[in-house]
Amino acid sequence: MLQKLTQKKFSVVESAVKALGDSGDQRARPLLETMLANELFQQKSDKQLVKAVGSRNDHTLYDIFSGEELAKGVSSRQLNRIRVNNKIRSTLRNALARLALSDPDPQVRSEAATNLRNDQAEEILPLLQQALADEKEESVREVLRLSLATLQTKHPDPEIRRQSITLLSGSLDPNVRNLLTELLQKDPSGNWNEPESDIREKIQATLKQIQFWEDIYGGVETLFFGVSLGSVLLLAAIGLAVTFGVMGVINMAHGEMIMLGAYTTYIIQQTLPNLIEYSLLISIPAAFLVAGTVGIILERTVIRLLYGRPLETLLATFGVSLFLQQAVRSIFGPLNQNVVTPSWMQGILEINPLLAITYNRLTIILFVPFVLLTLFVLLKRSHFGLEMRAVTQNRQMASAMGIRTDRVDALTFGLGSGIAGIAGVALSQLTNVGPNLGQSYIIDSFMVVVFGGVGNLWGTVFGAMSLGLANKLLEPFAGAVAAKIIVLVLIILFLQKRPRGMFALRGRFVES
Amino acid sequence: MQANSFFSSLLSDLGARWFLGCLLALVVLVPVLNGLVAQDSAFYVPTYAVGLMGKYLCFALLALSLDLVWGYCGILSLGHGAFFALGGYAFGMHLMREIGERGVYGHPVLPDFMVFLNWETLPWYWWGFDSFIFSILMVLLIPGLLALVFGWFAFRSRVTGVYLSIITQALTYALMLAFFLNELGFGGNNGLTDFKDVLEIDLQSDATRRGLFIISGLALAGGFILCSWLLKTHYGKVLLAVRDAESRSRFLGYRPENYKLFAFTVAAMLAGLAGALYVPQVGIINPGEFSPLNSIEIVIWVAVGGRGTLHGAALGAIVVNLAKTWFTGVLPELWLFVLGGMFVAVTVLLPKGIVGIRFYQTKPLLHRSKTSQQPSGSELGL
Repeated sequence: MLQKLTQKKFSVVESAVKALGDSGDQRARPLLETMLANELFQQKSDKQLVKAVGSRNDHTLYDIFSGEELAKGVSSRQLNRIRVNNKIRSTLRNALARLALSDPDPQVRSEAATNLRNDQAEEILPLLQQALADEKEESVREVLRLSLATLQTKHPDPEIRRQSITLLSGSLDPNVRNLLTELLQKDPSGNWNEPESDIREKIQATLKQIQFWEDIYGGVETLFFGVSLGSVLLLAAIGLAVTFGVMGVINMAHGEMIMLGAYTTYIIQQTLPNLIEYSLLISIPAAFLVAGTVGIILERTVIRLLYGRPLETLLATFGVSLFLQQAVRSIFGPLNQNVVTPSWMQGILEINPLLAITYNRLTIILFVPFVLLTLFVLLKRSHFGLEMRAVTQNRQMASAMGIRTDRVDALTFGLGSGIAGIAGVALSQLTNVGPNLGQSYIIDSFMVVVFGGVGNLWGTVFGAMSLGLANKLLEPFAGAVAAKIIVLVLIILFLQKRPRGMFALRGRFVES
Repeated sequence: MQANSFFSSLLSDLGARWFLGCLLALVVLVPVLNGLVAQDSAFYVPTYAVGLMGKYLCFALLALSLDLVWGYCGILSLGHGAFFALGGYAFGMHLMREIGERGVYGHPVLPDFMVFLNWETLPWYWWGFDSFIFSILMVLLIPGLLALVFGWFAFRSRVTGVYLSIITQALTYALMLAFFLNELGFGGNNGLTDFKDVLEIDLQSDATRRGLFIISGLALAGGFILCSWLLKTHYGKVLLAVRDAESRSRFLGYRPENYKLFAFTVAAMLAGLAGALYVPQVGIINPGEFSPLNSIEIVIWVAVGGRGTLHGAALGAIVVNLAKTWFTGVLPELWLFVLGGMFVAVTVLLPKGIVGIRFYQTKPLLHRSKTSQQPSGSELGL
């Protein structure tokens, strides 16, 4: 059969190509592709078909099937070109499409079906119908159906066109949208691309439906980004809520505790390069311990000297934050460090063509409730939590009942700082790990705690989520920076109305 | 008569006398030593040192203004740098307009960065800044107005203590983000720079440097006298009462929010003036001046010098900045360690700053800390 391709008569060649396409033999594809590219030659010496690339006296010959190089510097006089005309070209394309549609790999079939969608040739239509009838894989069937419908929108029979629009109406593929929009326009000579007015109306309705779903999924995406940002803010702020809310201590070095957690992750990955997949799981307790220890040392040496002087505490801890920043800068250098994302956190979860979610953000969203729950159990169910709440409510009385309030203070501060360290592990997956990491979160964290109300963990959750959502909802209209400014201004205004936040403690002792 | 008695009482104060005396000596001596002494003389003061000292005097004025609100009114503003920067921007806008056609693009009206952004006309908020008088007014009015509006909201709803500190920090942070935007029309990231002259006098000449130094010194002295006078009046006495016991003074029939608001606004205007004097001496103003770190550095000047004494605040600004200049020149790695250590050391060991070490017995600033050593968490925010 291959020898038929070398015949001079085009009709013979054409029938040979057709037969090759019908054969379903995948080996024919490279041959036909070579022929379509005008690179198929017959060697005069042994009548063998080869692929030849080059000019005049310098052709390089390749084996068609293996792609192996056969000879170099072959003159065109030793070769016969297999000639093709336009008719044969279209037959070739058709045959290639049929072959691709019968490929054993569903991925290839699906791609072929997508490619055919843009083909204008009419004979593709029966081809696709045939393929659809033969296809078993549901995902490929879906693609085939879409391609078929797309092609049918150009069909001369209005009835078929009508059906095709109905078929297309469920699809969210951006190509479908473009196609439908195009059908509603006029061509250069002033005729409608779609002559029937009732079909045009139908297309209008379908487009409206697509727009509706786009809005919905756009909204879902914004919501997701908002919740994601809210989770990050919550992680950063929750440790602050413990120290600020429960102890009444302003810790301006909180951001640096986050930074220490992120650097702990970096060190763990550097020391255990074989365990990158588990590095985050190891880092969580490690960062908690590192940041917690630093927090306890800070409380023992500085903060305890300043109890009852909140403004001085603020300044002293700010000094500590500068100290820690410079320490990290001196040890690790001023540049950002590269923290690897484990493979199970990489990639994108594609829900449909309009909505995709990155795994690292998803993981963090799921991680936050876990941290919250642990903290909640610790506060409500453990002995330490009981002591902590007692000291919060009435320090003197708790002390009189035999609770060592200074120890509780130190441990509470350690807990708050430790949670900040955990936040650092999570943030190392989202932002750059550098000496300034903490600084960029400290103001936001304070805003969350102050907005939500001091002394109430639910207030912090509420504050973080509202700030995250507000930021992301404003971003499309105002831009990222302006959204942040608007949110800050709104908080400042809000605090005028409720100076102690959304969920403020009530009672006589508040005013003091 | 009243003014005379004020000055005699001011000069009877040891710290004030020393401060004004030293300042006067500085304002006279430095320009003389720079301008009239031969360059190879041991007494010659190089021009860069004049500029540097002029800068310190601006910082001292800024510290003074913060001390008025923090030391005498108990408002710890972590956003005071915003007023300084706004004043600086207002004057920087005037200097930009004075460049005229000498910019890189040679546009007769628009500053270079606007030509670069393809802007066609001058935005309305740049109108009037070609006038020197108008610009000086704006230097005082813009920070003052912001302080008035912000303070009116904040003090009226009784946002106090740490909460107030945090929102002032948020305020300057928000302004920093805003000024970084190119679309705002203040030069974005690069800010305003490449100034040529002021009132048709070349900014780079030695004489201008000396002149700016003298003006800065006089402004500092003026600010000092103004604040001292304010504190000597009945208003100043009530202000101290508000600082020490806000609720009690409210029960006595005063409106603490009005007293605070006035002090806050005056302080903001003084800070704006300091910023306006600072900009021609350093030749640039950019959004970095709004950064929360800058504002908190002002707080540490005041704390180091001695909160609650005007000359202490000014002295603190000069001492800390001398240390900063020295360290960033010699041991840049160590500067943040020193600054951080200073925060901790001053708050823990030296609550009255360096002027409190020997000869000063200031009024009990930390009054509440004595009554309740370890208050419960809900008592914060005082």
